Amino acid sequence: MFTFLGLGPLTWITFLPILGMIIILLIPSGEDDLAKAKSQNLYRWITVGVTFIQLVISIFLVLNFNLKFAGVNDPNSMQFVERANWIYLSGLPLLGNLKIQYFIGIDGISAPMVLLTTIVSFLATFASWNIKKSAKGYFSMYLLLVTGMMGVFVALDFFLFYVFWELMLLPMYFLIGIWGGANKEYAAIKFFLYTLFGSVFMLLVMIALYFAVGSFNMFDMMDFAKYSHSSILYGMGSNWRLIAFAALFVGFAIKVPSVPFHTWLPDAHVEAPTPISVILAGVLLKMGTYGMLRIAWPMFPDAVMYFQNWIAVIGLVSIVYGALCALGQFKFGKRDFKKLIAYSSVSHMGYVVLGMASMTTEGMVGAIFQMFNHGTITAMLFMIVGVIYDRAHTRGLDDFGGLANKMPVYTGIMTIAFFGAIGLPGLSGFVSEAMVFLGTFKTYPIYAMIAGSGIILGASYMLWALQKVFFGKLPERWSGPWDPTHKIYKTDDVNLVEKVALVPLVIIIIYLGINPNAMIGLMSNSVNHLIEFVKLSGQVAHL
Amino acid sequence: MTPEMLLNLSIVILLIPILDFAFLIFFGKKLGRASGFIGTSVLGIDLILALIVAFVRLTQYPNETMQQYKFDWINLGNTSVTLGIGIDNLTAIMLIVVTLISFLVHLFSMEYMREDSRFSRFYAYLGLFTFSMLGIVIANNFLNMFIFWELVGVSSYLLIGFWYEKDSAANAGKKAFIVNRIGDLGFLIGLMIIYSTYGTFIFEDVFGKIHAGILPFNSGFWLTLMGILVFGGAIGKSAQFPLHVWLPDAMEGPTPVSALIHAATMVAAGVYLTARVYPMFTADALLFIAYIGALTAFIAATIAITQVDFKRVLAYSTVSQLGYMVMGLGVGAFTSGFMHLVTHAWFKALLFLASGSVIHAMHHSMHKAHNHDMDPQDIRNMGGLRKTMPITYITFLFATIAISGIPFTSGFLSKDGILAGTLAFGELSGHWFIPIAGFGAAAITAFYMFRLTIIAFHGKPKTSIAEHTHENNGFITIPLIILAVLSLWFFYSMNPLNPDEGWFHQRTQAPQSAVPASLMWNFMNPEKEINANENINVSNNRLHTISNELNKTGIPAFLVTHTLVSQPKVETEFKETLHHAHVPAMILSLIVAISGIILSFVYYQFKVYDPDSIVNLYPWLYKGSFNKWFFDEIYQATFINGTIGLAKVGAWFDFNVIDGIVNFVAAIGRGLGHITGIFDFHIIDGLVNLSAKISGWLGTALRKPQSGTIQAYLVLTVLGLVVLILLFI
Amino acid sequence: MEIGLTHFLIISGILFSLGLFGIATRKNAIMVLMSMELILNSANINFIAFSRFGGFNMEGQIAALFVIILAAAEVAVALAIVLNIYQNYHHVNVDEINKLKG
Repeated sequence: MFTFLGLGPLTWITFLPILGMIIILLIPSGEDDLAKAKSQNLYRWITVGVTFIQLVISIFLVLNFNLKFAGVNDPNSMQFVERANWIYLSGLPLLGNLKIQYFIGIDGISAPMVLLTTIVSFLATFASWNIKKSAKGYFSMYLLLVTGMMGVFVALDFFLFYVFWELMLLPMYFLIGIWGGANKEYAAIKFFLYTLFGSVFMLLVMIALYFAVGSFNMFDMMDFAKYSHSSILYGMGSNWRLIAFAALFVGFAIKVPSVPFHTWLPDAHVEAPTPISVILAGVLLKMGTYGMLRIAWPMFPDAVMYFQNWIAVIGLVSIVYGALCALGQFKFGKRDFKKLIAYSSVSHMGYVVLGMASMTTEGMVGAIFQMFNHGTITAMLFMIVGVIYDRAHTRGLDDFGGLANKMPVYTGIMTIAFFGAIGLPGLSGFVSEAMVFLGTFKTYPIYAMIAGSGIILGASYMLWALQKVFFGKLPERWSGPWDPTHKIYKTDDVNLVEKVALVPLVIIIIYLGINPNAMIGLMSNSVNHLIEFVKLSGQVAHL
Repeated sequence: MTPEMLLNLSIVILLIPILDFAFLIFFGKKLGRASGFIGTSVLGIDLILALIVAFVRLTQYPNETMQQYKFDWINLGNTSVTLGIGIDNLTAIMLIVVTLISFLVHLFSMEYMREDSRFSRFYAYLGLFTFSMLGIVIANNFLNMFIFWELVGVSSYLLIGFWYEKDSAANAGKKAFIVNRIGDLGFLIGLMIIYSTYGTFIFEDVFGKIHAGILPFNSGFWLTLMGILVFGGAIGKSAQFPLHVWLPDAMEGPTPVSALIHAATMVAAGVYLTARVYPMFTADALLFIAYIGALTAFIAATIAITQVDFKRVLAYSTVSQLGYMVMGLGVGAFTSGFMHLVTHAWFKALLFLASGSVIHAMHHSMHKAHNHDMDPQDIRNMGGLRKTMPITYITFLFATIAISGIPFTSGFLSKDGILAGTLAFGELSGHWFIPIAGFGAAAITAFYMFRLTIIAFHGKPKTSIAEHTHENNGFITIPLIILAVLSLWFFYSMNPLNPDEGWFHQRTQAPQSAVPASLMWNFMNPEKEINANENINVSNNRLHTISNELNKTGIPAFLVTHTLVSQPKVETEFKETLHHAHVPAMILSLIVAISGIILSFVYYQFKVYDPDSIVNLYPWLYKGSFNKWFFDEIYQATFINGTIGLAKVGAWFDFNVIDGIVNFVAAIGRGLGHITGIFDFHIIDGLVNLSAKISGWLGTALRKPQSGTIQAYLVLTVLGLVVLILLFI
Repeated sequence: MEIGLTHFLIISGILFSLGLFGIATRKNAIMVLMSMELILNSANINFIAFSRFGGFNMEGQIAALFVIILAAAEVAVALAIVLNIYQNYHHVNVDEINKLKG
């Protein structure tokens, strides 16, 4: 174990942003304009510094990650584990003993997510460069959000997981509600209530599980031998277990979001500021599918096997329906660029759910890989929208056209992102989608075939948008430079800050498209173990 | 040269164009015009390497199976996805076709695209395309093929939409990509079936397992479907009916692109794929392929008759010829079908480049005359170009003759072989529609190609623009001459009438079908292998274990079992019939071609009859043909509007119903809150306020006597005293 | 008609009532003081009347003398206060002198 000041790397990576937040809160925001600009700059750079250190730590973690250790339900093969007693109370009325541990660690399922979180939150900092309104509040909230997200991916104690899960909600609410667009209050409240609604289910199941095993340790909850006989969750395949799983699944599906729990997403995306959209699409959505893999699948293997078909249908419907809705944006609604991408997210996250429901190595690996790829590609798409929104202050697809001549570099980056989203071979999205298809076909051939229509619809709406924005003739109103004073934008094309945010993502997308094994190697052992475990315990239940 | 060197060299050939692409994307702007020179010379090197590889393969290892190199691309712990590259005779020939045409198009574009503002970008895209196409060519497995298949689609998208300021160009690019994706979906589903059944994508492993009797879902139907689905990719990319609609629109791209991608190489990729995976097609799949090809050949030919846009005529001719190739493969004339791919690549590239030469000259002429309204591609504006552009005319004529199937050209050798194949197939299977469509299309092809030549090049100039055109310079004419020479017969066989003994036919024999004999045409099954096949069927399991054991030794099972049970040269009934059908086919095809040519001279050169008289006689025929049999309109009305309508409904449903429910729930919550709010305000809080109010009121009342005036107190005291006194007395 | 105790008491009662009325109704501080003198004097009459008719000895007269002396002292202090009030307010209206009121 590598420790610094007695704390392991995972603690550092999780709580470093809190440290950064405290520092930011201690720096006065300044009285006059000059001092304000100065402190604003300082906030930015502190955030960049903190997230960069996180990125370095996560790369370090991945490089030192032992590929042979499977993890999942085996606490001994989790890596970078840190464990301490947190809340230990005994002799409580009703509850008896309360045992909550500070228990964190990663395995092949969470390692890609940790990496994704650090990458996206580091790069989204650069997308926050233009935040002027109350920068102090913004960056401190931002850092708190990062801690919440990171905590979810490393927590191995259900209670801790839940705490981080809720912790993330609060800054998100404010980030949308204060720094958002015209209809921000509506979107923020919708997001908050919807997610809270899901968390309530999770909380109930968590408490039920706690009464069954007597601790919040996830591994205890996965070990059926530890269930007490008096618990309602005792007895594989019992109705209560199915209900508990369904509740848990709904809680996570809201976050994914799967159809029909998805309508908060378009609103939240449309109203959120660019970097928050990036985080939302890049990391937050993955928390839902990650929760399924980490909690719902191994804790209720019997229910997974029971509902497998329905879960696959939900994934399938999300794929096709999301794509149709995205395509429908051209004929219905305001042709908002962000809304289009939001619906494409629904569609792409459908692949994840479908892949997880397939219960095959290919499908599951594809699903996790798709989580990562969707994170990078969609983050990029939102940043790209942010670039023109910052300049033109509009996002309507009809407002643009012919930008290819005005912004050639931007167009190049955009084309790569769009084709990544379409699933072009050579870019990472293809590998994960193809894996999901191959895996799903083994279990549900018909679903895989229907899901295939998603790639045609995907190509349709993406190319439509690409053409609307970049091809054709430039509208009269944009014929001059974006910023005639040349104070903010010296050139019409993407500036350095934006390039810093976008180019690394381009490199990641291309690299993982050519050499997907770099990422798949991390997870394949864990995934195989998970499938084996779920299938075995699930089948035992059905005998 | 060892096989390893051969493979390494082909990797180099593959990588050179992509490096070229990357270089030009990053530095093209600074290089400006020099990027064209760089691109062309890099492709020249690539061409030389390809020639070396092809020469070595075709001379040193002419009879060996595919030499290949495999590696694990994705390692999943318990399984892995293997990719690789391979070289065999088909590959070697395709390498030459791709690199040579690409090189010539690079050269041609130096002049053609000279004034374009995105000159370097154009060369970069050409590099990307060449890379992707080479990737298809040297793939030894389905997945590799699919990967490059899609990349080719993207480079095609980028190049069709190269002049994206025009909406029509951007639309055409989009249409091409999406229509291709529909075919690719079939391909992808085919891949899913292959992977879930065989667990591998490598061609020979898959074929070996099919041969060993492993079928998807244990049914012959699924094997057929698997073949048809994979062929779906070819339907899209090779613009076969019913997905042919994108190719004519793709002519919005620059003409060199049309020559490279939409005539010679990319569209042929579908045919190449069909040839590559030929062993896995069952009889039903082959019949499907043959019908698709025949329909495409015939329908496209009938449309080409009435088109007036120079490039569109050629586009439909391309569709028609691709139909020929596919039909050839479908009926079992594998060699001729593949050969037609190669010969067609030369003369169709030539036709397109010549049309580019004409359009370029017309453009210049228009530019000089300050005329910017005329359509430089409309053949009704041309005429008489024979005199002003002699080299273009002569080379164009060469290609026209070749495509019409006149002896002493390459086109005759391949086309005749296909037609003979259709005759033999018709005779053996009874599907006579295929030869009829084939010969019919041959007649129409000759007719419309000469119509095009006569209208554009012969007679008197119809406009002053056409009158003042000039022959282009060497960048344009040299590629034309090279391609014209390649359209002659002697490159393929010394005998101008029968290619059977030529090197080409000797090295591209049809691969032995891998499907179980019961699923294959009887007349295509090897006559002497029937016994062995029965053995296989009897002891499937045993053979399976044997092939597994053999797999461990590294020798592909299929090859071993194959060499064990069959003879080196397989004789089938079909081959014999094909042999006999050769002479009748030749005579028949000559008759139809020449009558087509004569008819076209009668109508357009000598004007014995007015073409309009036929139009007036059958106006619906003319309208149908001129409007491409309304395919676009029908698709627009059904599939596109249907999808968009569905999307609209989906978006509406999402916004109003699903989100409506969410908002409704929220509204209920709000309403409840409102009611409790009212209750809380008026009743619960009301009570509290009431008690406060009462005490307040009391206080105010009691406060009054406390005036602070001593005199008042005094009065009160006295009054009190009086009261007390009165009380106590 | 014999002049008896009752007559004195009635006079004293009338004087007391007049004084009380004056205190309660007059606004002028001087008038209030004068009314208080009336009440004191009504008490003096009572003292003396009871000492003469009630069988007491000289105690009544002595008490009356005390009261007269006390009243003189009281008037001296009170008038000084009234003078000071007048200097500050330029009037001696007791109703308006309310600065010390809480």
